[in-house]
Amino acid sequence: MTAPIETTGASEAQPEAVLSGADKGQIEGRSLGQIAWTRFKKDKVAVAGGVVVILLILLAILARPIQALFGLDPNAFNQDLLDPNTSLPHGDWGGMSAEHPLGIDPNFGRDIATRILEGSWVSLVVAFGATILSNTIGTILGVIAGYYGGRTDAIISRLMDTFLAFPLLLFAIAISATLQGGAFGLEGLPLHISVLIFIIGFFNWPYLGRIVRGQTLALREREFVDASRGMGAKGPYILFRELLPNLVGPIIVYSTLLIPTNILFEASLSFLGVGIQPPQASWGGMLSEAVKFYKVDPQFMIVPGLAIFVTVLAFNLLGDGLRDALDPRSR
Amino acid sequence: MSETKKSDVTVPAQASAPEAENDVLLKVQGLQKHFPIRKGVLQRQVGAVKAVDGIDFEVRRGETLGVVGESGCGKSTMGRVITRLQDPTGGSIHFEGKDITRLNTAGMRPLRRDIQMIFQDPYGSLNPRHTIGSIVSAPFRLQGVEPEGGVKKEVQRLLELVGLSPEHYNRYPHEFSGGQRQRIGIARALALKPKLVVADEPVSALDVSIQAQVVNLMDDLQQELGLTYVIIAHDLSVVRHVSDRIAVMYLGKIVELADRTSLYESPMHPYTKALMSAVPVPDPRRRGAKSERILLRGDVPSPIAPPPGCRFHTRCWKATEICKTTEPPLLELRPGQQVACHHPESFEDQAPQDTVLLTAAKEAAELVADEVLAESAETSAAVAAEVKAHAEPASEEVSKTSDGVSKTSDGVSKTSDEPESTDK
Repeated sequence: MTAPIETTGASEAQPEAVLSGADKGQIEGRSLGQIAWTRFKKDKVAVAGGVVVILLILLAILARPIQALFGLDPNAFNQDLLDPNTSLPHGDWGGMSAEHPLGIDPNFGRDIATRILEGSWVSLVVAFGATILSNTIGTILGVIAGYYGGRTDAIISRLMDTFLAFPLLLFAIAISATLQGGAFGLEGLPLHISVLIFIIGFFNWPYLGRIVRGQTLALREREFVDASRGMGAKGPYILFRELLPNLVGPIIVYSTLLIPTNILFEASLSFLGVGIQPPQASWGGMLSEAVKFYKVDPQFMIVPGLAIFVTVLAFNLLGDGLRDALDPRSR
Repeated sequence: MSETKKSDVTVPAQASAPEAENDVLLKVQGLQKHFPIRKGVLQRQVGAVKAVDGIDFEVRRGETLGVVGESGCGKSTMGRVITRLQDPTGGSIHFEGKDITRLNTAGMRPLRRDIQMIFQDPYGSLNPRHTIGSIVSAPFRLQGVEPEGGVKKEVQRLLELVGLSPEHYNRYPHEFSGGQRQRIGIARALALKPKLVVADEPVSALDVSIQAQVVNLMDDLQQELGLTYVIIAHDLSVVRHVSDRIAVMYLGKIVELADRTSLYESPMHPYTKALMSAVPVPDPRRRGAKSERILLRGDVPSPIAPPPGCRFHTRCWKATEICKTTEPPLLELRPGQQVACHHPESFEDQAPQDTVLLTAAKEAAELVADEVLAESAETSAAVAAEVKAHAEPASEEVSKTSDGVSKTSDGVSKTSDEPESTDK
């Protein structure tokens, strides 16, 4: 096969077009992606969500370098700042100070700001990993079920039903508990992250699978699929070159909406003590620890709660904006 | 066959016969396509939609075969089956002498180069996510063909050939009008220099003004590239303009297959005649002369349970008992004109012994102008008898009969009077 054809890569081939039509003025093709982008830009709320999301991602990527740069350690104890009788930090608002802008946690005196920073990359890695895993499985199986139909469709659809009927939370608790010690040659944090990605990702694929299957059912009746078959295209070509580019919109939208769900799920599992294990900082884990102190000082709960809330909200706003921009009804 | 009659080769049809044999590009015999209807938990087949139910025809190299018929008569299915986008249920398809009826996808792949299709819907036939360049170059990629001077150059040449600018290479389908899109579809179909192009309603989704452009483009390309077309359409004037020969389909069958002039000037099948009478006359001064519009009663019967015998007998004004029981074969009654009818128009009656019209036929005749009936009477014994019986009372009460005719179109109650009056 020759070079892959870019579906939205009008920009890279454009100089040649300009060359051939130099004297007639430029004829610029606007891909559907470009049109969606102009539409997206008009949606201020979604753009705001997008900016927050980008900042969060940057923060997550830079979390470890920032810690190294400023000599911060999320697990460093500051027992001297705690009241030895109550094991609560001295001062109001969780012991807020210039040194610890969001305070320190009770019992250990660890810097909350640093722990939030540390928790951000854990949350996002798990959420992105699980989303990628579930969407890959969902897209491939969905498009196969939709295009081939018949028995293939029946088998895959029943498989989806089976997965959806699974008591996911119980299963997640059971698996996490079993694998706590170490498995697959992994242990500690990498193991916990992998297990979370697997549990969240592997059981969420039917949601996107159904969406993709439905869209494929509609798309395969379009004449361009017949045209492709009429030129001798094979199944994989039709699936991945003809159909998949038309499914990118719904997949992107669903992914952006799935990420916050996964963040919440990760937080819940960590809260329940079966996700990320202490002392590793995670938003869910921090909430869990804060529960014991919310009557004394709600600060410990507000900070990680806000972090989750802002992240989830930003992703949701972005997803809604993308859905409007990539209107699936557009031709 | 031609050997035995070598002495009288003067008959044009026979003289051209051996030559035509060699020149047959596509030969279709007894082609069937049934879509199963499944019901229940076990998905048992409870019936079938007989979309195409036994058709025979040939397409000669370099000609244009038009296929016309009402909606739902199986034209499009026929087109999709001969291009093997759908598998036939029965019959055989030979392309250049090679049996392609049961070739699998891999076996068909090399042949895809020679058989191409132009689609009906210019909005649906181009992938909205691909650039025009990518769409038109897809045949080269899929068939592994490297044209001289590179794919891009060839694609731009093709775009020019169909009247588009080569700079459109990097644009997307949504930036084009329907007519332009259809040209892109044509460019794609012609990319591999196919031998046979099957066009499924190539212009029916377009504006009338654009239709002419596209039709003429197809015509020019045919002459330039020596293409063979099978054009499926329901627009009779388009078909007349482009076709050399025309097949008329009704409920999954070919009822008449003739060259253009014969078909338009002297249609032999009553259905063809009715169809032709529906062509609007654009000249208001000539409109009066063309008053013998034939209205057909009711709808096309269901292809799930097509009527026995001749499929048209439920709506035909010439139908007799034999039409109900025996299916008329597609016979070459005149050179170059094949008809499947027991009582063809302007030709010797194939079943003259049958002189009693069916009740349905009498009702149908009410909607047919008197001139047409008189014309039919010349060749059909049954209609002649009916017209004769009808003539006597009718001459007395001309006003009443004509009144009855108009009423019958909206109610069956009035028609019951008519046989009575003929009995008098």
